[in-house]
Amino acid sequence: MSFPWAEQYRPTNPFMRWMDDRLPLPRLVYNSVGKGYPVPRNLNHFWNFGVLAGLALVLQIVTGIVLAMHFEASGAGAFASTEHIMRDVNQGWFLRYVHANGASMFFVVTYIHIFRGLYYGSYKAPREMVWMLGLVIFLLMMATAFMGYVLPWGQMSFWAAKVITGLFGAIPIVGEPIQTWLLGGYAPDQPTLTRFYSLHYLLPFVIAGVIILHIWALHIPGSGNPTGVDVKTPQDTVPFHPYYTAKDGFGAGLFLIALAILTFFLPNYLGHPVNYVPADPLSTPSHITPEWYFWPYYAILRAFTVDFILPAKLWGVLAMFASILLLFFLPWLDKSPVRSGRYRPRFRQFFWLLIIDIVVLGYCGGMPAEEPFVMISQVATIYYFAHFLVILPLLSMFERTLPLPNSISESVLDGEDAEAAPADLAGATPAQA
Amino acid sequence: MSEFTENLAKEIMAAVELNEGAAGPAGEGGVRRRDFINIAAVSFAGVGGAALLYPLVNQMNPSADVLALAQIDVDISAIEVGQAIKTIWRKQPIFIRNLTPAEMQAANAVDTGSLRDPQTLAERTKDGHRNWLITLGVCTHLGCVPLGASEGENRGEYGGYFCPCHGSHYDTAARIRKGPAPRNLEVPEYEFTSATAVRIG
Repeated sequence: MSFPWAEQYRPTNPFMRWMDDRLPLPRLVYNSVGKGYPVPRNLNHFWNFGVLAGLALVLQIVTGIVLAMHFEASGAGAFASTEHIMRDVNQGWFLRYVHANGASMFFVVTYIHIFRGLYYGSYKAPREMVWMLGLVIFLLMMATAFMGYVLPWGQMSFWAAKVITGLFGAIPIVGEPIQTWLLGGYAPDQPTLTRFYSLHYLLPFVIAGVIILHIWALHIPGSGNPTGVDVKTPQDTVPFHPYYTAKDGFGAGLFLIALAILTFFLPNYLGHPVNYVPADPLSTPSHITPEWYFWPYYAILRAFTVDFILPAKLWGVLAMFASILLLFFLPWLDKSPVRSGRYRPRFRQFFWLLIIDIVVLGYCGGMPAEEPFVMISQVATIYYFAHFLVILPLLSMFERTLPLPNSISESVLDGEDAEAAPADLAGATPAQA
Repeated sequence: MSEFTENLAKEIMAAVELNEGAAGPAGEGGVRRRDFINIAAVSFAGVGGAALLYPLVNQMNPSADVLALAQIDVDISAIEVGQAIKTIWRKQPIFIRNLTPAEMQAANAVDTGSLRDPQTLAERTKDGHRNWLITLGVCTHLGCVPLGASEGENRGEYGGYFCPCHGSHYDTAARIRKGPAPRNLEVPEYEFTSATAVRIG
């Protein structure tokens, strides 16, 4: 579906006409990212990040397939073959560093993409399915990233496998059998490594599939925009190509520069040195911590220290999973009819508080499980849930929102009258003069 | 803009107009700034994408640990006249044969002009070590290992090597004489490090 004024695909080249009657792939491209897809004219650079996440996925798949040609998923060979990639394989160091830092960049752009959605109300009707499919992609990404981190079979890899599968051990009665089933043994070993390798190769393609659904669902109402006002007339839109291909291309350039800086100048900055020590089931590193993109959830996991009806361990696991599953209900928790945070002054303040809260959680998640970090994590965890379960529903009831512009084009052209007026009239409209 | 970039822009513009026809008004001198920026940006992205192909392709070439195995030392003191051994170099079989005087004579008696891949025995062996025939044990047809290096194997109609896969016959200098193979068995790079030792590779 698209707006009635969308450009129609009319191939002039006879071959393209022949093709269009048989396999209308060029038509699909034309209507998805070409001139046939009208997009609100007022998108800012926060609307780059969906494309950037797609680019990051492509980079991960390309470098990943290549790394898989040299990696050996065996207890004896995993660590050694990772070092083989770093030292012996032609440009192997480059490919592995791009893959490792590409994972971080994938999460950076995905988090910004999610925050964009939170701020501009992208999850609200009629885009609830877009939002929920996005959350499915996010969960798949987390699983993929975790299993990929286990593969080099260093100390952090091994203990990550042990601790994360241990989360499932917290489930009453069936927990321990589930953990044993996941690991294929009583501790991470050969069976764990091979199944993680298999799934780590599979899941990115599942992600690609869900991305197709995500974009399909998005293209039914069309992209949102910073005002949150619906598209009404052809004046509100521009064709995706060349306007947003160019804008996304610029964003992709910046993204690649950031990735290049990480890869070439700070390749191990986001990693842990202890993961260059081979896995040792007999000794846990003194301070284990997940990759930075899991820190906020890790802080929530560790915030529960007291048994209350249920064991503290189970509370932590439940809260961690709930912190993400909660977001599936967001379209119905925030009932405010105004989408964009731009016209919701009170919401805007709480939005930034939430960002600070998540940053604080992230900081605590990267710190040792000691005071004061445990206490700070507890307060921040309470606030995280309060934001979604208490503050957002109350805000949508009591907030006085600002007046919305009549249309996207009006909001974009606001101030044109003042600009058009003679200078000495100082902003008065020509009509008044 | 410097003179150079201005000229470049003009050339690119000319190319644009040839390809797409001059759409829209061109500025002074026929150069539209936007076209220049557009083509420069897309070209640069193309260069970047092509550069990325290099590591993606090159990673499949032999890695450093494989290349490190590309040289071997072989002790040939135990090979009697008329005997041959098989050894492995770069994961491929190598035949080292100690030719008998009769075999050398048979090889030298052939008119090289009549051969498919004309080479004399002297060209295929080293000065002072004419009796040592060192070749790859890989048929030049499709890569099978020819017979004849081990005792009792079929040595073909010309008394050298015989490839059972598709019936290539090699003579006592391992030159192709009959069958589909296009070239003689390959002589690797090697040198005698002493009278009884060779370094292959």
